[in-house]
Amino acid sequence: MKQILIDPITRLEGHGKIAIFLNDKGNVENAYMQIPELRGFEKFAQGRRAEDMPQITSRICGVCPVAHHFAATKALDDAFNVEPTLVAKKLRELMYCGYFIYDHILHFYYLGGPDFVVGPDAPAAKRNVLGVIEKAGVEIGKEVIKHRAYGQKITAILGGKATHPVCGLPGGVSKGLNNDEVKDIETMTKSCKDFAIFTLKLFDDIVLANKDYVDLILSDPYQLKILNMGLVDKNNKVNFYDGKIRVTDLDAKEHVKFDVKDYYNIIAEHVEEWSYIKFPYLKSIGWNGYKDGKGTGLYRVGPLGRLNASEGMATPLADKEFKRMYKTLGGRPVHSTLAFHWARLIELLYATERTLELIKEPDITSDDIRNPVGKPGEGFGVVEAARGTLIHHYKLDKDGLIDKANLIVATVNNAAAMNMSIRDAARGLIKDGKVNDGLLNMVEMAFRAYDPCFGCATHTLPGQMPMKVKIYNHNKELYKTLKQNL
Amino acid sequence: MNKEKTKSNKKPQFAFYWAASCGGCEIAVLDINEKILDVAAAVDIVFWPVAMDFKYKDVEAMDDKHIDVCFFNGGIRNSEQEHIAKLLRKKSKVLVSFGACACGGGIPALANLSNKKEIFDVVYGNNPSLDNPKKLVPKTSVKVKEGELTLPELYDTVKTLDQTVDVDYYLPGCPPTPDMILTAVTAILENKLPPKGSVIGPMKSVCDECRFEKSAKKIKEIKRVIDVIKIEEKCLLEQGIICMGPATRGGCDAQCLDANMPCTGCHGPTPNSLDQGAKMMSALASILGIEGEEKMSDEEVQKLIDQIVDPVGTFYKYGLANALINRKVM
Repeated sequence: MKQILIDPITRLEGHGKIAIFLNDKGNVENAYMQIPELRGFEKFAQGRRAEDMPQITSRICGVCPVAHHFAATKALDDAFNVEPTLVAKKLRELMYCGYFIYDHILHFYYLGGPDFVVGPDAPAAKRNVLGVIEKAGVEIGKEVIKHRAYGQKITAILGGKATHPVCGLPGGVSKGLNNDEVKDIETMTKSCKDFAIFTLKLFDDIVLANKDYVDLILSDPYQLKILNMGLVDKNNKVNFYDGKIRVTDLDAKEHVKFDVKDYYNIIAEHVEEWSYIKFPYLKSIGWNGYKDGKGTGLYRVGPLGRLNASEGMATPLADKEFKRMYKTLGGRPVHSTLAFHWARLIELLYATERTLELIKEPDITSDDIRNPVGKPGEGFGVVEAARGTLIHHYKLDKDGLIDKANLIVATVNNAAAMNMSIRDAARGLIKDGKVNDGLLNMVEMAFRAYDPCFGCATHTLPGQMPMKVKIYNHNKELYKTLKQNL
Repeated sequence: MNKEKTKSNKKPQFAFYWAASCGGCEIAVLDINEKILDVAAAVDIVFWPVAMDFKYKDVEAMDDKHIDVCFFNGGIRNSEQEHIAKLLRKKSKVLVSFGACACGGGIPALANLSNKKEIFDVVYGNNPSLDNPKKLVPKTSVKVKEGELTLPELYDTVKTLDQTVDVDYYLPGCPPTPDMILTAVTAILENKLPPKGSVIGPMKSVCDECRFEKSAKKIKEIKRVIDVIKIEEKCLLEQGIICMGPATRGGCDAQCLDANMPCTGCHGPTPNSLDQGAKMMSALASILGIEGEEKMSDEEVQKLIDQIVDPVGTFYKYGLANALINRKVM
């Protein structure tokens, strides 16, 4: 059987490759998306000071550091038995929205968007942000750059720096806002909101007004009928920072809604020998292989997963766009993988609207930003990373060092979905042995829609080791007893 | 990309690559914001997986030294990264070790406190959400029913880029700041590069850029950031909080301190210092409660030192791979 390798896959965060097997007739027998890397945060978290986790785990991913930063911080709130102050919660969510603004702009214009703006089968050298700027004009290019920078700046004002922020502490944050900063954030966010509206219009003009693209979005190779997962508030509206985890089924009905503390009763991770990534599924249904449709226990997360798993957006303009998307694409849930791009832009608009709500809170400049910590114990934290539901779970020892940790990262949640999406795209697009760069890029589009972050996916993090640890091999035999220090 | 184009094209050829890293260095490049348009106009980017669709085969097809400057971020922790590091070294005239992970291993180099087996045991063997009854672990070569799939081999030890190939320049930081990136790019474009082997960065420490005042005060107690609810407007070290500022190269404008948090050392050792952790321990020894230390019993000294929990993670958070002692002996 002939094998085609796409190596590395590009315009994503992290490393990956796709192996496509063709049968004798030149049609696709199967395809695998492989993640070739592992950094082992799981292990080396052990023995670290618990309060270092927001900064250590942010290095899992430099594209979504804020997500790890706050999943860790929230897990520490829980582990140290401390409720953050109300002001601190608002500041965290505000910073979190700033992160969504820059991350979603990054994906639409730099990573995924070039496939639509420049074209899926445009020359490889043009399918990038510079190609987008060439096509859309330097003025628009400058707007893109400016607004991504605004998102970064909003995040940096609160976080110290945007890439690898430092402000998250159990019980609150290390830094508050002053009036000048409030004004700056408000001005920048208003501009971002206009830019979000502009970008949705651009999506209408370039994608939705183009019959070829709409046909592509709705075409069979890009459909995947599995469940959806995302954080929701008490009204089942999308929330990025807090809430319960909701899973909806193929008919958009609630399958389960749970608190993050129950995650390991709900989710299990399947292991394969051909990839360093793991493949989560719902325990209630079980692992049935890479099959979609009725009976599947697989789910997806991220913008489309979140919108599918919710009943709407909590801000007015974004909610209007939510309704419009579902009306256009035939109701909830939408199974078209390429609709991720549309959902992402609706979330971009929500992030700007929500920031403007938070920045107007009367106590936003209060210095009541920290509560003292209690005794160390076990803690769970969940946020929606731009790419989907992200769970951190730590056990601390009596000295407040990390004893055990486990993470389920956004992109890992999508591992099975992406593997099936690239397989189905390859099967639908590659026929009779005819392969070219454009077709292979269209296979890549099937994973790119998810905005995967294989940095995240391969650097997850459990751990156990204060000063001494016993390591057992797979036969449960004692392999080694270790001390922490060199 | 092709040879004819190269000959007629005078623009410098740039490449960017990431190995064992997080992508933050790639974001740092984008953070030069609108100046990226000037850079893009001044150079040809011939390889950049995060943003462009060139593949490994495109690099393999290049002549040796085809790339003028390659910015390489991330440490080396598997066979693929080692292979690409060697490939890009061969294809590049100038190789820049970009960011904390390439320069010192970065936070992922804390994995040098363990090895591959221990990592696998935790990731694929022991955590509450795992479903792995057959105890499978990823393999470098796997037979699936359609054929063979391969994966790179994970190494026991994270290495820096310069422990793997010859490096021309170093740009520290987690991630490097946009200003430092622009300084480096400008120096390259204007052909004003310092001597080979130089760190491109200021010759000062984070303390020199910090907003807090320093006195010569000694401390009796080490505190953790979780235990200090409100910091005072003075040097964090003098408040008992371990701040890596004295042992860390500046260039970051002490941004973490502006957010009321201590420096954790991401810019690597100060100029002319061999080992960042050793320097910090010596700085700490000179400030830590040592008035009258000659009168202290061994137990009292030990008690003082025991307040420093997780010394490796504190003093070598970003640089374990190039520390004098760079891994746990197992």
